[in-house]
Amino acid sequence: MSTTIYYILMIAILLFVLTTIAAWLIWLERRVLALWQDRYGPNRAGPFGLFIVVADTIKLFFKEDWIPPFADKFIFVIAPAIVAAAVLMSFVVVPFAPGIVVADLNIGLLFFLAMSSLGVYSIVLGGWASNNKYSLLGALRGASQMISYEVFMGLSLMGVVMLSGSFRLTDIVLAQQDYWFIVTQPVGFVIFLIAGVAETHRLPFDIPEAESELVAGFHSEYSGMKFGMFFIGEYLGVILISSMVVTLFFGGWLGPSFLPGVVWFFLKTFVFILFFILLRASLPRPRYDQLMEYGWKVLLPLALLNLLITGAVVLVMKE
Amino acid sequence: MQPHKLQSLSTALMSISLFYLVAFLSIFFSLLVIFSKNPIHSVLYLIITFFTFTVHYILLNAQFLAIVNFIVYMGAIMVLFLFVLMLLNLDEDSEPMKSNILKMAGLVAGLCLLITLVGSMKSLHMSDPVILKNPDLGLVKNLGKVLFSEFLLPFEISSILLLTAMVGAVLLAKREPKTA
Repeated sequence: MSTTIYYILMIAILLFVLTTIAAWLIWLERRVLALWQDRYGPNRAGPFGLFIVVADTIKLFFKEDWIPPFADKFIFVIAPAIVAAAVLMSFVVVPFAPGIVVADLNIGLLFFLAMSSLGVYSIVLGGWASNNKYSLLGALRGASQMISYEVFMGLSLMGVVMLSGSFRLTDIVLAQQDYWFIVTQPVGFVIFLIAGVAETHRLPFDIPEAESELVAGFHSEYSGMKFGMFFIGEYLGVILISSMVVTLFFGGWLGPSFLPGVVWFFLKTFVFILFFILLRASLPRPRYDQLMEYGWKVLLPLALLNLLITGAVVLVMKE
Repeated sequence: MQPHKLQSLSTALMSISLFYLVAFLSIFFSLLVIFSKNPIHSVLYLIITFFTFTVHYILLNAQFLAIVNFIVYMGAIMVLFLFVLMLLNLDEDSEPMKSNILKMAGLVAGLCLLITLVGSMKSLHMSDPVILKNPDLGLVKNLGKVLFSEFLLPFEISSILLLTAMVGAVLLAKREPKTA
């Protein structure tokens, strides 16, 4: 019985921590962007404007929750839930520290890929159910972008799997005790990071919502907390991709022993979250066809080549 | 009865009831696929049906097959279905009336399939849905070993088949060079 209570407690703590971090990331992003763009950013509510998140949440809850009369109601309501649920499900397999993991599945990495492939449904269904041409255009772009980048995302991780010999994330972290996989898999790391940005459709790859041409893309018709779900789903996605990068390429919880493993994990993850925000501040959005061409003509061959060379080296080293 | 025997009996009972529940759900949702009027809703029900298949695989301890079914069918193929459906014009008014010959052909084909299925059911013997002969076969490691030793030739042939399909698709999509 105690294991059941342990799991329930673990899931509750994880949900609480993740949603809180995701909410404060909104504040962090606005402050840091302001810093890089030489502005003040939100600084009125509370110390350093910290309470803007509370104010924003209250505002979202009190806004009129409008469902367009021309929309497909059921699908319109269910779409924003899918993205948040799929991303939160992925955190089930992330090992934060030895023993601190909800379920240490022996197909953990595949589970992560499976869940991240579900996220595309929320964009496609949300855009279609809105019954609006801009939403539909955004949905179509989102679908093709995410399906394409999923391919390289999976392929770029297979090098790590070959080196560690397991799909279990704990084993992958433990296999990095001598050196982090960034040393041997730099190409895989870069491809995974680019594919991760595209999967979370963050700038510069936020083409499904491209506000300068598509109003707000797939969530044009959404208001109130349904829009809030898309919003929080995006930030959860940023945390997920950052923590997966840390787990797979930067040794997860491993680090000098003067700090506990969880702290190392969160510190490393935080660096990548800041990197995601820096990307938004510094890079322009590519054109849609450039994005697809870049994916299929550059990243796919590179990922395959990386896989081939890694396989050959692993074979030679074994003999 | 010994307590451990009782316990194993209760777990067996639980997995049997779980199997029947999931089996019921898969049949239920596949019926909804056929009967729902809106094609997008049909696709959504089909996605749920595939998800119940994934649960079946997990019940059979075939983890790799379960997750690959999830990634490939739910995560990729059904998204493409949705993609194509969105590009189609789904106005009911502009839908051309299907001719009676087409309907008859569909009926005959469906009945033929039914007869074949019933016929093949007779030659099958029911297997126990719960107790597995080789429960660890579905794990990634064991499946990989079997695929790359015993079934290497069929495995490679099927991958060449997929490659051929891909090359064919690229060739079809390629723009013809302008003949000057």
